[in-house]
Amino acid sequence: MAGTPVQVTGTVLTTRRVDAYHALTVVAPGIAERYRPGHFVSVAVGGAYTSMVTRRALSIHDVKADYGGTVELVFTASGPGTSWLAERRARDTLDLVGPLGRPFPLPRDPAHCVLVGSEYGSAVLFPLADALLARGCRVDFVLGGAGAERVFGAMRARRIAETTTLTTEDGSLGLRGKVTDALPSVIADTRADAVYACAPMETLRAVTAVGMEFDIPVQVAVEESMACGIGVCMTCVLPVIGDDGVTRMVRACAEGPVFRGERVRFEDVGTIPFDALGAPGGGARHVS
Amino acid sequence: MSVDMRTFLAHVELANPITTAAGCAASGRELAQFFDLHRLGALTTRSITMAPRAGRPTPRMAETPSGLLNAVGLQGPGIDAFLERELPWLAQRGIKTIVSIGGGTVAEYSELARRLADAPGVTALEVNLSCPNMEDRGRVFAREGSAAAEVIASVRSIMRYDVPVVAKLAPDVADIVSVARACVDAGADALSMINNPLGMAIDTEALRPSLAAVTGGLSGPAILPLAVRCVWQVHAALPGVPLIGIGGVMSGRDAFQLVLAGACVVGVGTALFHDPYACLRIERELEDLLRARGFQRLADAVGLAHRPPGSAPRHLLVDSEESTP
Repeated sequence: MAGTPVQVTGTVLTTRRVDAYHALTVVAPGIAERYRPGHFVSVAVGGAYTSMVTRRALSIHDVKADYGGTVELVFTASGPGTSWLAERRARDTLDLVGPLGRPFPLPRDPAHCVLVGSEYGSAVLFPLADALLARGCRVDFVLGGAGAERVFGAMRARRIAETTTLTTEDGSLGLRGKVTDALPSVIADTRADAVYACAPMETLRAVTAVGMEFDIPVQVAVEESMACGIGVCMTCVLPVIGDDGVTRMVRACAEGPVFRGERVRFEDVGTIPFDALGAPGGGARHVS
Repeated sequence: MSVDMRTFLAHVELANPITTAAGCAASGRELAQFFDLHRLGALTTRSITMAPRAGRPTPRMAETPSGLLNAVGLQGPGIDAFLERELPWLAQRGIKTIVSIGGGTVAEYSELARRLADAPGVTALEVNLSCPNMEDRGRVFAREGSAAAEVIASVRSIMRYDVPVVAKLAPDVADIVSVARACVDAGADALSMINNPLGMAIDTEALRPSLAAVTGGLSGPAILPLAVRCVWQVHAALPGVPLIGIGGVMSGRDAFQLVLAGACVVGVGTALFHDPYACLRIERELEDLLRARGFQRLADAVGLAHRPPGSAPRHLLVDSEESTP
């Protein structure tokens, strides 16, 4: 059944460096066949006797039917867990749970879509682009990073998209600046109907603001730290406005990671907004 | 030969001794994506509060060596939504459900018990005593025998007699046995231990506490020895009281330690974050360990480590007599 997550022991097929990032291709048939663009997986790190008890949530860059179904995971080695993952070699096994989260909603009719990615957040946009292209959509990319080596997927974007705009903060590749500096002109030039974005919270906030200026929908995939990835630990919450206008602290893993940009209260991420359902003052207080 | 894994939580029979720990399985739906919840001895819900609660700000979680610090702050939709949506979902499926409740005053606990008293599908009620007492300068109920006893007595007087009331104790106390005794004297049918001890971590990059709430509950393998010690001490003092052992259980061997210390039910918490199938795996591993040691019934192993040194286990004596031609 599509969407229902499974736990599988996957075998690493290949490991490679992509710009400043690591990419692992893992044979994970159960996950590959259930995958939709926007889904992620959680991976156990450190081996059987590790002291690291939480999983690492990783974005899926690619899914292929070869070898019975493979998923390609992209990450950056930022701590002991991801450093351990970066050391995996072909034929090592990995414990994966996935696919997790809600995927990107796709437009019913062919539309012009701008896909905005910053750093390795861009990874999830490529399977999305394939799905959009398969529906006859026009796809344009805006990819950015701090420097040239931190812009993920520029080559592939150029190959598949109508246009690809690259930005770097140090000016070493493409335009100097941030993805949001280039975004308004891309939206105007392409007459975009929708924007999809995956990036750090601050960038998503700016992308959403641009989308609202042009009055087009923005779908954002948030990057929140998660302990379980399946919706039981309640640690990855952020304030999101529901259909009823009520703000709730919702789980990025189970209700997300894809949200409508204008529904996320970016300026309040990391806080409990006073008007959120169940916020202190509204109900029982001082209960831990 | 299979091992009889049935166990009794007070007078309620459970098919096996494995339950989820409060706050680690939400209300079951998420885990039901992975396996049939009937395979659990019981499901323990997150702590239900009177009003909806948004919980604490993020970051709510920090990984520590062999552990996890969390400060979620009892986020949940409140008792009304629980009774409307979550409990019926569990009840319709016939899943044995231990409902955990949390409150800031004795009156709040009583009201929660009153609302749950007539609700179908409550197998047992676990009283989370690790909430700060709003009437007593924020002191945690579980840290004081008298405050804990007051809550338990009130809840016990309201709940139906056939629904066991379980007091969940915290390890951050000088004498856990005295708190346990106070709860049993006040009418607790069983005790559950341990809740997360308080811990703290500091982010050395940001030079700030890792959690928004500064301190948080420590869980995971790091606290297993603490749980074994608490279960051991309370079982030694109150051998007739059924105990739910919780704290850092990652494997069947960990669960076996708690059983040998005196627990007849074992709660699995943080392991679920690591492995959604942890409960089933731990149950299977525990059964294998029991079988390998010649046990025919789980009940024979409960508290067995307390027997005097040198004495042979009772079940093994029975075995050898039977096998003598």
